[in-house]
Formats: sequence, structure tokens, C-alpha cells
Amino acid sequence: MSQTQAPSDEPRSRGRSRPRLLLSESGARGALIAFASTVAFLAIVVWQVRTSEAWPAIRRQFFSPEDFVESWPAVLRGFGLNIRLFLLGEVVILVFSLLLAMIRALRGPAFFPLRATTVFFIDVIRGIPMILLIIVMGFGVPALQIPGVPNSSLFWAMTAIILSYSAYTAEVYRSGIESVHESQRMAARSIGLTQVQSLRHVIVPQAVRNVIPALLNGFVSLQKDVALVFVVGAREAVREAQIITSRTFNYTSYIAATVLFLLVSIPLARFTDWYSERDRRRKQAVSV
Amino acid sequence: MTELKLEVSNVRKSFDDKTVLDDIDLQVAPHEVVCLIGASGSGKSTLLKAINLQIPIDAGRIVLDGKTITDPGVDADRVRAGMGIVFQSFNLFPHKRVLDNITLGPVKVKKTDRAEAESRAQGLLERFGLGDKAREYPDRLSGGQQQRVAILRALAMDPTLLLLDEVTSALDPVLVGEVLALLRELKSQGMTMLIATHEMGFARDTADRVAFLHQGSVWEEGPPSELFRSPARPETADFLKRIVEAGRL
Repeated sequence: MSQTQAPSDEPRSRGRSRPRLLLSESGARGALIAFASTVAFLAIVVWQVRTSEAWPAIRRQFFSPEDFVESWPAVLRGFGLNIRLFLLGEVVILVFSLLLAMIRALRGPAFFPLRATTVFFIDVIRGIPMILLIIVMGFGVPALQIPGVPNSSLFWAMTAIILSYSAYTAEVYRSGIESVHESQRMAARSIGLTQVQSLRHVIVPQAVRNVIPALLNGFVSLQKDVALVFVVGAREAVREAQIITSRTFNYTSYIAATVLFLLVSIPLARFTDWYSERDRRRKQAVSV
Repeated sequence: MTELKLEVSNVRKSFDDKTVLDDIDLQVAPHEVVCLIGASGSGKSTLLKAINLQIPIDAGRIVLDGKTITDPGVDADRVRAGMGIVFQSFNLFPHKRVLDNITLGPVKVKKTDRAEAESRAQGLLERFGLGDKAREYPDRLSGGQQQRVAILRALAMDPTLLLLDEVTSALDPVLVGEVLALLRELKSQGMTMLIATHEMGFARDTADRVAFLHQGSVWEEGPPSELFRSPARPETADFLKRIVEAGRL
């Protein structure tokens, strides 16, 4: 097969290598231009802002070095909770939503009740604003004071976030499962695998690979959204910043929290882009 | 009368308003090799998938080893586990190595010990000249190699009936030979096979019986020497004439 395709491949690969050659010849010059124009652009922006009349007020309100130093330890401590909730939540979401997607992918009338329940759950949860779900569950469930049921607001607020994200993530998985060709399911069943075994050993491994970029996007978004547990009073980074601001009437503590979020989310976003790009190239290489 | 391996009786199947299998009857005796020939769309592939219980039939019944497998309540997974099917497009699992493609069924369905399944799979690969490919992923193999692995994947389940759905149609002409050689070897070992094929030379030389499918039913059947030399019905003659004109026989 590769032999017969070789001639038709040649012009394509030559065409692909040409831009790379061009880049490597003028790479240094290109990088220099990019660097210089970036520095010039930033210099203009900074100069514009700092020479504006409002700058002293802005600086006092948002960028006060003393307030930053003073609020940093508390905000950082709060951020530790954000990270813990993010990591724990992501693991639970990835597992739970995959379970939902697999149930939804089961065929046959016997599985109808399970399928219908799952679809209903996903539709309802996706239809509720997450903040509403957090308030209802975070305040509502502990208020019931049912014995044996956790009565921590944080626990239930986080559960609300996990449910909400799972409903969305299940749909991501579902698109991945549907992207695996029907012939794979047929081949899996042909050697006697059951529906569940086919999903587990053949369909899902391929499906997950197809949706990793989309899942990574979900990571980036969850990392920020766990901050919503602050509405039930959990002392995460935003809440800590709010406490400080209510005392000092200065917003620098919020900037401290902002910096922390950016420190995590920007590398995550870059990684997602890098991975998606690599994934796209890999798929193109296969389809050639 | 000896017990039949497979008996297809009055099977009907329609997709929407298109009738694909129209009251089809077919018998296969143990150790018999039957080739299904006929134009594309004559129902060969649908028949094989129906026998493998991959698509439900509308009417009729399919009996395997004296047991009606199309009855409701039959464990279809179990039936499939004892019957192999190989597809035109190989359908190997791309995320698994060659060896793992072959051992998946034995390990998960037959609960064979993994080490034992692997050594058996390795043995199969070596017997058919693919011993050095065990650790490769399918996309590193040629089409002919992939199709041979797909056949071995089916064989690893120790099927007593092997269904082959135009297994050489997607291959470069130079790679067809190695796959057909494997099928001849299986015939010499007594494997019961039902083979949908466009390779008329292979059907003529290897099949015990050839069935010509036309408009969703078995139009004519018989030993290849008779059917190819003196077809009884004009449609069969017409099909064979077109095959000869296309240089396929």
C-alpha cells in the first residue's frame, strides 16, 4: 500500500517541508522582529496607562504593594483549597461522567430505563445554572439535617459543581464514543464480547483518545469554577480576598487571587493548545 | 442425513423499504466450504452479518448445530463467541498491539489465562508467518498482514464455523494471494467456512459448493465445476459472463 502511494505523496511532503526551511533560514530574524515589536507594544501600553490621570487611583485601589504583601499569605492558603477541590473534583468528574456516557451508549430495549434516566439527569443538570445548583444544594441539603448525610456546605457545594460538570463532560465522552466507527463495535461483538466489554476494551479507549483536547479544556474551566464554592462561605482564595477587602476597602487582595489563578490556568491552557496541535498533526499523519 | 452445521431457512431482511434478503435458504454441512458469489448488493454481506447475529432478521430462522440461534432469549454473545467472522475492512483494534488484538477474545470471553492465550496467539502468528509482528500496532502492517491477523483473531476463539465477508476486496492484488493461501490452509484442516467472495478463481478451486445470490435469495447452487461450466439459469450465466469479461476468471 505504501509503495503505491509513495509517488502521490511526494509533492505533498515537499510542499510541507518548504515553509519549515524558510523559517529556519530566517528564524533568528523573525524572532528578533517579534521580540522587538512585542517590547514596543508593551511599552506603549504601560506608558499610556501610567501617564493617564486615573492611574494613581487605579494603582492605589488594585496594585498597592503593601496590601498585596499583606493579603498574599491568606489568599495563598485559600488557593490551596481551590487546588485540592480542583484535583479531587476532576478525578470524580472524569470517572462519573464516563459512567454516564457509557450507560447512554448501551443499546437494546432492556437498557431503556437506565438510558432514559441518564438522559433525563443530563438534561436537567445541564439546564440549571451552576450557581443556582450550588446554592440549593450547598445550603439546602445540610439544612435537612438528615442523620448519616454529610452536613458540610462545602461538601454539597462541591457535589453540585461535580454534578454540573459531569453532565457536560458526559456529552464530551459521548461525542468521542460516537466518533468511533460502527465497524469497531461489530468487530468487538464478533469475538463474543458483551456490550459492556466492547465499550470498555474497544470503544472507550479509542473514544477517550479522540476527546482528550476537549477534556483538557474542561480542566482549565473547572480550575476557575471551583471558586464558586465561596458562595457557601468556604474559605478559598476568592473568599479570603473578599474578607480582606471588606476590612481594608482595597481590591489588591483580589489581584493576588487573580495572579494565583492565572499562574495555574495559563500553563494549563498552553498545554491544552500544545496537545491539541500535536493531536491534530498525528491524526493528519494517519489520514494521509 | 448427516447433521447440518448451519441451516438458513426462509430468512427475510429489509432495510426501510429495500428488501435485501428475500426468503433465503442455505445449508452448510460440517467441514464444508461454501462460497457465496453474486453482484454487490445481492445480499451476501447482509446474510453473513445476520448469521453472526449482528443484524436482526425480519422472518425465518437460522439453525447452528441443531440449535435455533435466532430465537428470542438466545444468548447472542455466546453464539458469536463460537463462530468467527472476518470483515472486508479488517476492523482490527487500532489501539491494541497485534498480540492483544488476538488475545482479547480468549482472555475476556473464554477466561483463558493470559499467559496461555498469549503463547497460543504467538503460536498462531508464527504458523502463518507473522511471528515478528506480535508487538506491532495494526497500522504498521500491510493490508494483507492486517487481514491475516483479523482471521487469526477469529481463529483464536476456536470457532467451529468461520464466516468471511469479501476478505480480499480491500486488498492490493499482490496481497490477495497470502490471504487466500491462509484460507486454503484452513480448509485443509477441515474448517467449516462460508465465504462471500469476488475471487472466482479461488471459489472454483477451493469451494465444495458455490451459491449464486441474486436479488436476496440463492438463485442457483452446486459444485463449482458444474455451476461455473454449465449454469442452469440465465442470471447466473449472465453474471459469470460479466466476470469473465472483467478478467476475473
